[in-house]
Amino acid sequence: MTPFLIADLWGELLAVLTTLFFALPYIAGYIAIILLTLLIWTGVKKVLRPVHDYTSLKTVTFGDESAVVSNSVASVVSVVLIFVFWAVFTGSSLLPSFLHAPGAFTGTGTFTYTVTTPDGRSDDAEVTVLVYPRDEEADAPDVDPGDGFAKNDSIAIAEYRSDLLRVDQNDEIGRDEDAVITAINGQEVAPGDTVRVDFGTVSLSGRGTPNISPSTGMQMEPIWLPSPEGVWSRLTEIATSGYRNSTLWEHLGYSLFRVIVGFTLGALVGIPLGYAMGLSDWFRGWFDPIVEFMRPVPPLALIPLVIIWAGIGEVGKIILLFLAALWIMAIGARSGVSGVKISKVHAAYSLGASKFQILRHVIIPNSLPEIFTAARVAMGVCWGTVVAAELVAAEKGAGMMIMVASKFQSTDIVIMGIILIGIIGFGIDMLMRAAERFLVPWKGKG
Amino acid sequence: MSNLVIDDVSMRFDLPGGGAVQALKNVSLTLKQGELMSVLGPSGCGKTTLLNILAGFLAPTEGKIKLGDKRVTGPSPERGMVFQQGALFEWMSVRDNVGFGPSMKGMAQKQKREIVDHLLDVVGLSQFKEKAVYELSGGMQQRVALARCLANEPEVILMDEPLGALDALTREKMQGLVLKLWKETGKTVILITHSVEEALLLGERLIVMAPRPGRIHREYNLPFADMGVGRDLREVKKHEDFGKRREEILSMIWEMEEEIMGGAEQ
Repeated sequence: MTPFLIADLWGELLAVLTTLFFALPYIAGYIAIILLTLLIWTGVKKVLRPVHDYTSLKTVTFGDESAVVSNSVASVVSVVLIFVFWAVFTGSSLLPSFLHAPGAFTGTGTFTYTVTTPDGRSDDAEVTVLVYPRDEEADAPDVDPGDGFAKNDSIAIAEYRSDLLRVDQNDEIGRDEDAVITAINGQEVAPGDTVRVDFGTVSLSGRGTPNISPSTGMQMEPIWLPSPEGVWSRLTEIATSGYRNSTLWEHLGYSLFRVIVGFTLGALVGIPLGYAMGLSDWFRGWFDPIVEFMRPVPPLALIPLVIIWAGIGEVGKIILLFLAALWIMAIGARSGVSGVKISKVHAAYSLGASKFQILRHVIIPNSLPEIFTAARVAMGVCWGTVVAAELVAAEKGAGMMIMVASKFQSTDIVIMGIILIGIIGFGIDMLMRAAERFLVPWKGKG
Repeated sequence: MSNLVIDDVSMRFDLPGGGAVQALKNVSLTLKQGELMSVLGPSGCGKTTLLNILAGFLAPTEGKIKLGDKRVTGPSPERGMVFQQGALFEWMSVRDNVGFGPSMKGMAQKQKREIVDHLLDVVGLSQFKEKAVYELSGGMQQRVALARCLANEPEVILMDEPLGALDALTREKMQGLVLKLWKETGKTVILITHSVEEALLLGERLIVMAPRPGRIHREYNLPFADMGVGRDLREVKKHEDFGKRREEILSMIWEMEEEIMGGAEQ
């Protein structure tokens, strides 16, 4: 088995590398644009506001961590560029149309084909292709059949689609009489070949039928990537009229509710557990194997088991999030306790503090910074886990929204959901950081 | 009058990989109340171990420690401790740090306030009462540590290199403060230090300890601490005897270090 496995994996690796290779020019282009804005900004900055602060006098900045601060201009450029690329390749109305990537062909195009019969006669006929916008309907245009034994044809194809055309159906001598297409636009073809025409490509199928593929341009079809304003209008629509019998706020609120309840329960159990592990060797020995084993198990791997045991209701999800937060909080509290300087504890004892007073006035405040760090990590993990759990099974929730939308190929809802999930996750982290600054100002000052 | 008696204290413990360490051997010493003693010695001579035994953080394997009639079995507010930096509670203000001992006893707010205000005045930090300790400089933090220890009215103050991390100038000022506090409060003070000068300045008695096993090597009775009270310490250092003693003790410790290094090479 093994040699086959290695060969398979090698094949997969090659496929990945090939994909990467084809993506390289685009990545290089992106980097070039970023570097260009950097260059322009450096020039503009020199002219607009020359800097004479301390950092500007440093000759060594490469490797000096304190000289590296996040450049807000680069951040703005980064975000704006994402939207620009998004707009360019979706033909968004946010950008003037001359900035759009070439779109799919619409309108009428023609090509000629040459049919040759077994006895050596040949004749040309013209095919008229009407490519109509995807949100309209159209019929094949009427064309004059023309002369000769091959008659002119016509077909209507929706934008981004391709179609086979049995051109010989109206011909006097067709495939049944072994007449075959030997040229398109005068270019010789055999079954399997592809010919470029004005509006796209025509290829001959294995049985000699032309397959007409009008050019799709470089813009994304909305089913792959909707335009920014499409996503925005879908957002306003769902915000006002809801989705799947629940309002947008219900979906997001349910996800947040699960995270907050699960995280709170996990912290309520995990922090005392961590303290016990940090203060007693018996507790440490008791829970170390459990905690150290459960910590590397991704909470997502527990979803099937939780569903089997607790079903797909709120209880199952909250158990899952409880477990996701529990180990992180326990380990955070444990290392918070272990991190207390022995001289602080000694000082407190020789100032007459009892064990309880030491816990209350020394160990707990000393561990708070670590606990906050753990809480930030746990909140992040819980948020990711709740979305994943809702992807699997849920009646309400942000994850459920994008899962159901993907089944109906409503890519705009999927993208809207991803953006909302990202914004909420970011917001949670910002809130935790603010709480940390407010509640443990002594962090890192010990 | 409670004397601090160190009665034939030995300390020996097993190492995890086999073998044992004799950290202290037959150390005996009596400190009268109000005496100021400094302890010097090369690293590994057991001076910190001795201090930890006095504080009650470690139990000796033989012998006993008595403060007055009471035998020392664990930490107690009678024996206050001043550590090298980092033993303050950075989640509390300067005021709460100094008031920690009285708070633990459940002292009334008003009385505690008076004690704290007085002590911060003594160490010269009245303007910094409400500051967080991490906003203070290293020297100021050690003043807070001294005040915190004194707030508890201990009979004995144990100092584990309290000035070790300070710069030379701040250190000299703090040495003056320690002398002043010792004289004003009449507490028994034991000070561990690495600096021979500091040991000479801040010790009516000075013991030099030797390693392997940790023991008392020499003991001196010195006049410099009394001379230094209320005087410029630089004047004391210029004293002829001060220089002689310093040279003598330095070469003694130097020899011991050489011996240790020699032993390590063999």
